[in-house]
Amino acid sequence: MASPAITDTAGLSDTIRAPQKPRKFLDLKYQPGFGTIAICCMVLLYAPILVLTIFSFNGGDSVTRWGGFGLNWYVTAFQNEGFHHAALTTLKITITATIVSTLVATSAALATTRTRRWPGQNTAFVVINLPLMVPEIITAVASLSFFALIASVAHISFGLGNLILVHTVFCIPFAYLPIRARLEDMDLTLEQAAADLYATPWQAFRRVTLPLLMPGISAGAALAFIVSFDDFTITQLVAGPGQTTLPLFIWDHTRLPLTPEINAMSTILLGVSIVFVTLSFVIARRRKA
Amino acid sequence: MAAVDIPAPTERAVAAQAFLRRRWLKSRYGLVAPALIIIGLFGILPLLIMVVYSFLEAGQYGGVVWNFSTDAYLSFLFQRDIFDGTLVFSPDYLVIYVRSIFLAVATTVICLALGFPTAYFMATRPPAQRTLWVFLITIPFWSNLLVRTLAVMLIIRDEGVINDILLWLGLIDKPIVMLYTNFAVMLGLLYSFLPFMVLPIYASLEKMDFRLVEAGFDLYATRGKVLRRIIIPLAKPGIIAGCLLVFIPAIGAYVTPLILGGGKHLMIGALIALQFGTSRNWPLGSAQALILMVGVLVALLFYVRTTTGKAQALHG
Amino acid sequence: MADVGISPRFRRPCHDGAGVGVEDLADIAAVEARGVVKVFGGGHDAVRALDNVSVAIRQNEFFTLLGPSGCGKTTLLRLIAGFEQPTAGEILLNGNPVEHLPPYQRAVNTVFQSYALFPHMSVAQNISFGLEMRGTAREKAAGVVEEMLGLVKLKGLGGRKPAQLSGGQQQRVALARALANHPEVLLLDEPLSALDLKLRQEMRSELKNLQRTTGITFIFVTHDQEEALTMSDRIAVMSKGQIQQLGAAIDIYERPVNRFVADFIGDTNFVEATVAGREGDYLRCRSAGGLDVLASPAANLSAAGAGAKVTLALRPEKITLKRGGETGTVAQSVYVGTDTNYEVRLADSLRLNVRVQNAVDGRAPFAVGDKVGIDVPAGAARMLQD
Repeated sequence: MASPAITDTAGLSDTIRAPQKPRKFLDLKYQPGFGTIAICCMVLLYAPILVLTIFSFNGGDSVTRWGGFGLNWYVTAFQNEGFHHAALTTLKITITATIVSTLVATSAALATTRTRRWPGQNTAFVVINLPLMVPEIITAVASLSFFALIASVAHISFGLGNLILVHTVFCIPFAYLPIRARLEDMDLTLEQAAADLYATPWQAFRRVTLPLLMPGISAGAALAFIVSFDDFTITQLVAGPGQTTLPLFIWDHTRLPLTPEINAMSTILLGVSIVFVTLSFVIARRRKA
Repeated sequence: MAAVDIPAPTERAVAAQAFLRRRWLKSRYGLVAPALIIIGLFGILPLLIMVVYSFLEAGQYGGVVWNFSTDAYLSFLFQRDIFDGTLVFSPDYLVIYVRSIFLAVATTVICLALGFPTAYFMATRPPAQRTLWVFLITIPFWSNLLVRTLAVMLIIRDEGVINDILLWLGLIDKPIVMLYTNFAVMLGLLYSFLPFMVLPIYASLEKMDFRLVEAGFDLYATRGKVLRRIIIPLAKPGIIAGCLLVFIPAIGAYVTPLILGGGKHLMIGALIALQFGTSRNWPLGSAQALILMVGVLVALLFYVRTTTGKAQALHG
Repeated sequence: MADVGISPRFRRPCHDGAGVGVEDLADIAAVEARGVVKVFGGGHDAVRALDNVSVAIRQNEFFTLLGPSGCGKTTLLRLIAGFEQPTAGEILLNGNPVEHLPPYQRAVNTVFQSYALFPHMSVAQNISFGLEMRGTAREKAAGVVEEMLGLVKLKGLGGRKPAQLSGGQQQRVALARALANHPEVLLLDEPLSALDLKLRQEMRSELKNLQRTTGITFIFVTHDQEEALTMSDRIAVMSKGQIQQLGAAIDIYERPVNRFVADFIGDTNFVEATVAGREGDYLRCRSAGGLDVLASPAANLSAAGAGAKVTLALRPEKITLKRGGETGTVAQSVYVGTDTNYEVRLADSLRLNVRVQNAVDGRAPFAVGDKVGIDVPAGAARMLQD
């Protein structure tokens, strides 16, 4: 008498009445302990910088003993002449290095990605990414030797240009990789469509390739900026007198008796990093939309 | 296989094609030239100069004297006895190199042990949560290394937060010395490079086809077996990339031992910097840097071999 | 002229869709390929994608390149468009050699398989792109855009971005974008493959109408034989880089020249037979299994003598089954709605697929196990040249 539908429903209610197994058991992705480790790692990664940040608002004099809330150290930092000078120097170097390296990296990415093979392509790729594979200390001393040689032999010194050139070198691969990634994701047929619609290669580049490449270029520029802004090792060894960047300035301050001013300055630097990371995330999100 | 007769391309077509190809090639070279020139002149040339320097004599006030000499390499392993001028084996520098290698390897291994589970956990979160996790990991990844190392220093110093809390809780009666020890350097290295391990592994795991894991479960594998036999092998490219991304900076680390090691437990990075600083022995510094570079190249070759070997194995 | 704005040169009467008896156009071919060879790669891995292909496509024609994947049809299209250059041979547009010209200097436009709409531009900007590149005044271009939107029935959607449109709508935009430039030739690279069945059928008739209205020569690439047969004036069946047969749909279907064409288009029975002798326009052939038919001779085998071994191609719907015959037994019966497909086993393990239209009440005329006689009308079996 029962039609198939009613029998099915009876089966369904059986399932509902069965005791529910704990969900972890059924979660195929679960691996025991991994979640705990992940959370611990996150906490451990953030704990020191959170402490640093919190103590930058320390009203008192000690770096690690709380004396009430206060913004006075930020005020001190902002009024610090040396801090201004260092910030200015850093910006000069970093902005120049970012612009040059991004331009150069964009053109290099266009030549080496998604293209018919040309002789020397692989070598070019290796050379472009070479700075990434050399430990900073080696780049630092090599650059130092290089500029010293030029100075002694040809009596030329580029002044701040020394630092700018060195920064540009290691910024290029950082700008290159996101641009290349974006280029590889792009639909190759769009450029063919543009050519099919009477666009010369330059027009196709300007109207189709470049607009679509912009998220990659922005991400590359953001990375280059951050890497140059944060650099310490190379800058310290290559910098001449009076060429103090922000990281160098902070380092100098670790020699003196420590005050929360160093916390404040460090937090400012951290803030810059966070802004740029957030920016690149937002850009990446918008690209996907 | 070839057809018997192919009509020959017209002369005009041949010339046109050759012209187009030449122009296209020129555009490739032109586009890539600025990058290559800048890196070549200011990246590769300095390295070559450094190699040259390692074969010269040290100048009195720093710099070099242009006489060929293998003193730098010799002094890596030997010292000249002051009195009779003979070469005596001196392990000082070797010790530093070995210590650095050991620290770098230890850092890599621990980072892997901690980083893999973290990356796996991140990769298995629902998509909305995943973005948050990636964002949280990316911030330390791109933050200033100096600042982060300073943060660690501020915590573990004698008057730091950890000692403060322990003293306040009454668990100890005088501060534990943590700063300027091997432990501090190790901790600093771990702290600095953990994100470098997590992100590549995460990238690998995120691309993994989870249905392969389901297939493993369907074929009676337990969780542990699935992890060992399916997930980890699939994440291999990320694991290797992460190890490389940790090992290479770790072995040449400069900032971390500088701030947390206090000059007592030298690593290669500080040693090299010393030669270019107060020790005023540029050739020695260059030689030491070159030896480090060779070590790094070996690690890189290993990476290339394992990744291309795998590619061949997959195709063959 | 008002609704499409195509230059008068293209407003000619199109020739009869049946293709048979087309008047011999003395005009220059719209597109001609002469001895085109295209080789990819080199040395051991060289792939000969096109092997000495020569074809002349007429003005005003709906021409289809049909074949399985890898046969070279897309390669030939790309050579005409200019995205590749031939290894040897010539490509001519209206009599002018163009194989050395880049795509932006050829008066052809392409509708891509993936549509390739510019995601960062609106629909209107996409459509006017080609006009813009050629320096058309803005107002004039806007006018053309409006016409095109009307032509492809997308009025009012000019401001949208491609991502906001459905697949079918995107396809129309791709079409409009190409047509806006009034090209001499329009190339379509499997444009309907991403659409679902109903939409595909709609678009087929729309494309056919568009071609008739605008008079532009269409070169259409597909692997779907039904599309080819329903839409084309002429079809070139391709395989392994060569044109196997060129002709109107009915020629391709009724008179396949070789095994590949007979097999690729529709269903075919292949029967090995021996020539018994000539009877009028036909050759009497006998096969193992007891088949005895009057076959149409192939062009170059018309002089085949008695005893020659030949392959016959026989379409399933041309075979008639008679009740109570002794030639074969029905082994399988598959109902497909309008017809029933039977597999009939004859002696000597010869099997024939036979398609019989179902009766008005839908019932199949035969059942498994029935003994039947085979009747093949004269000329229904075709001899294949190989």
